[in-house]
Amino acid sequence: MTGIAVVGAAETTELGKIPGMSQLMLHADAALNTLADAGLTAKDIDGLATAGERPTDLAYYLGITPSWVDGTSVGGCSFMLHVRHAVAALQAGLCKTVLITHGESGRSRVGAGGYSQSASSLAGQFESPYGTLGAPSTFTLPVLRYMKDYGMSHEQLAMVAVVQREWAGMNPRASFRDAITVDDVLNSKLIAYPFHLLECCLVTDGGGALILTTDERATDVNNAKHAPVYIWGTGESVETPMISQMENLTSSRAFSIAGPRAMKDAGISHSEVDHLMIYDAFAHLPIYGLEDLGFCGRGEAPDFIWERNTAPGGCLPTNTNGGGLSYMHSGMYGMYAMQESVRQMRGVAPAQVQNAEVSVCLGVGGMFGASGCVVFGNMPKP
Amino acid sequence: MGKPARPLPKPTPETQHFWDGCKQGELRLQRCDGCAHVYFPPRPFCPSCSSRAVSIFIASGEASLASYVINHRPHPAWDEPYAIAIVELAEGPRMASNIVGCEQTPECLVLDMPLVVQFEVMSDDISLPLFRPAGDRT
Repeated sequence: MTGIAVVGAAETTELGKIPGMSQLMLHADAALNTLADAGLTAKDIDGLATAGERPTDLAYYLGITPSWVDGTSVGGCSFMLHVRHAVAALQAGLCKTVLITHGESGRSRVGAGGYSQSASSLAGQFESPYGTLGAPSTFTLPVLRYMKDYGMSHEQLAMVAVVQREWAGMNPRASFRDAITVDDVLNSKLIAYPFHLLECCLVTDGGGALILTTDERATDVNNAKHAPVYIWGTGESVETPMISQMENLTSSRAFSIAGPRAMKDAGISHSEVDHLMIYDAFAHLPIYGLEDLGFCGRGEAPDFIWERNTAPGGCLPTNTNGGGLSYMHSGMYGMYAMQESVRQMRGVAPAQVQNAEVSVCLGVGGMFGASGCVVFGNMPKP
Repeated sequence: MGKPARPLPKPTPETQHFWDGCKQGELRLQRCDGCAHVYFPPRPFCPSCSSRAVSIFIASGEASLASYVINHRPHPAWDEPYAIAIVELAEGPRMASNIVGCEQTPECLVLDMPLVVQFEVMSDDISLPLFRPAGDRT
């Protein structure tokens, strides 16, 4: 099987509050930085994948003539699914060089579509009438069940945010960098009990993009600024558009399918993972992710985090950019998680994990509605 | 009244029977004639075995509190913090709802507490299935 490499990866020039750019231009800004990173131009791209905007808009705007297109849109992990689909397309010879773009005016809402839900959709009929009000009061719904079943304390949930702020403190591009304590988290404003403000993600503007090609071609991309990073394995799944209908309120079925599949394809065991990213829209995501990926047994992740295993200096450095809780979160955060995995594999992350060779990146889409997982390596898959 | 109405469901042909039932004070679920799987939300086929041979039946209205949040962000239809709940019906399926007849506090909303359905008229067409603590605490 042909190996697939990441030969370009970059975020938008700015992150945070970018009122001077439309959402489409945030995609383009990230794409142009990524093309420059790879030493390529739009003319070198023959495969295009995006979510949030249509591939048609991006192809036209950037001047790309694609022969392979993917507009899979299942929420913030869509870009992980694009990577998985691009790997298959490149291996099948459907195209040679794929650009995956993300851009989102999540905070400034410039040129961004509104959030609307049909009253006749499943969630519109069977969740919205009860006052679900976007992600903060919906994505958080299963957590009290987890807390009762496994005895997780409020302090343990808060600790997720504390640890990620430690990582963000090492990252000049992180939105929030000042250290916080468990008490700070528990004393921050209640958003949707049991969640406080500091246990919820940021809302910012930004973007990111990746360029993938076959490993044979990767060595031909002579002008790239960095050595290739390799895709070792991928996984994907979807479960439900309604969080009330999850099969199990204490575990994501989509995580449990996408994550282990990616690690199996990569041929790695848990002890071989040097670096982990788990899409953290809210503080419980890393807890569900650690357990669904199999790094912790059921109910063990809160102690694992409390004991600083995922913190700086811990055995499993996780969300080392500061995560959606402290780094940035435009709405569809999955691209930023992969950017951090790539930086770690390139050895250029602000909070670089020494000698990291394998990174697992798990994304969520919707509210436990979907998942994509990508395993990155700093060398071709053995 | 006086408050803006909540977002109300717009039934589809596949869910009309459920909302008609709510109007009549019946919580209607569906059961597969073949594999006996009981499911929600409504659809004219079994999501477990794909059979189109399914029947509608009236559920007991008994449930327990599976999980919830107490929303503190402003919602046009609510003045105070309110709980959004996931209840588990005695017949098996879970559904989103609100808990009424009970203070919206962690002390009063105890996981696994028994609940019973109570229909609240929202419009000429829609009554919502809400749940109150069992044992008539209202």
